[in-house]
Amino acid sequence: MRSYVPGYEMQAPRSLAETLERMAREPGLWKPFAGGTDLMVLLEAGKLAHKNFLSVWKLRELRGIETTPEYVTLGAVTSYSEIRRHELLACEFPLLCRAAAETGSIATQNRGTIGGNIANASPAADSPPALLVYDAELELVSASGTRWLPYQSFWKGYKQIELRNDELIRAIRLPRGKNGWVHFYRKVGTRRAQAISKVCFAGAARMEARRIADVRIALGSVAPTVLRAVETEKMLRGEQLTPTIAQAAQESLAREITPIDDMRSTARYRLRVSQNLLAEFCERIAA
Amino acid sequence: MPEATRKIQVQCQINGQAVTLDAYPMARLLDVLREQAGLTGTKEGCGEGECGACAVELDGALVNSCLVPFAQANGTTIRTIEGVADHGRLAAVQQAFLTYGGAQCGICTPGMILAAVNLLARNAQPTETEIREGLAGNLCRCTGYTKIFESVLEACRATRTLA
Repeated sequence: MRSYVPGYEMQAPRSLAETLERMAREPGLWKPFAGGTDLMVLLEAGKLAHKNFLSVWKLRELRGIETTPEYVTLGAVTSYSEIRRHELLACEFPLLCRAAAETGSIATQNRGTIGGNIANASPAADSPPALLVYDAELELVSASGTRWLPYQSFWKGYKQIELRNDELIRAIRLPRGKNGWVHFYRKVGTRRAQAISKVCFAGAARMEARRIADVRIALGSVAPTVLRAVETEKMLRGEQLTPTIAQAAQESLAREITPIDDMRSTARYRLRVSQNLLAEFCERIAA
Repeated sequence: MPEATRKIQVQCQINGQAVTLDAYPMARLLDVLREQAGLTGTKEGCGEGECGACAVELDGALVNSCLVPFAQANGTTIRTIEGVADHGRLAAVQQAFLTYGGAQCGICTPGMILAAVNLLARNAQPTETEIREGLAGNLCRCTGYTKIFESVLEACRATRTLA
């Protein structure tokens, strides 16, 4: 059933300071609202529990992509289209651009934002595995100050995130220096375009003399949260890729993920596909 | 009756005309365009951003109007299907859809044409793969898409011949 639209409020403060001040003055009353590609779907389905929103879509403080020698920093209200078009991101963080290009349609990519995707905290989202692989950090701001948090420790459980009700995500920062790494991304859905993932896999590895000097592996849709496969990474780090190691890594991955049966797929299929994607990743980095 | 917020006034430009509209802040732009502005060319399909029937251009970007809250339309420039033809002269994409059978029942057509026009504005000579990607967010249950992709390719050809 559709929601009762007059029961919902949206206001558009003119600055970030004003937004944060409102959120601090009336704690829990207001939530930030960016491009609406998730929240408006809930509204239409009669499932949008929160009633009062502050639009952050136009806030300049949350927009733009900045580059320093150490970091690329994306404002939270950077759209997927902006990510796709960004040359430096395409060159140094290709998994993020792939994720952006494979999320929804052009119309969704024009409105969907990276910060919104993070705050919505879906375990099936497509950009979080890429963000985990790139060691992303989040800038959380409130009227009382700013704190930085590794994205990995942002997740607390299914749809549970480390964000106070007077805080919002201002920016996402990616440390540079993964140029020489091998990058790998695969999203498996029902259809190539505009499908929510059954499994999403992102991996990156740095090779030194045929050994895996360093590696990151992250998956979506296989656990209550988007997951970094830390144990599997440990098993691979420092190793030369042999069939035995690749096999052991697949077994380790099976112990780390906890896929379920739901409307989009089954636990069995997700486990098998996750292991196959890991095998494909291993082949790619060994090549 | 649950508590109600107040309607707000939004000023924007639709198809080249400055307009002022009144609606609830979280009303869908889709409903405001159809019911307040009387522009019923924009269709509702799924109502959840999957089908593209309600696509319009918002500040030059293709968006699904079912997912845009009215409050965020303030100060924007909007183009709907009614604003695609130039004083009754059809755009190349519209003419091609007519000539090559790109439209059947017509529900997806306004969104499909806006997605195509928007794609051609960004990329005047797209490949078939680029056309398929540009229109991937627009679902059609009649044509099987082949006629639609042909129409867009023909529209590119027609534009190239004119230029």
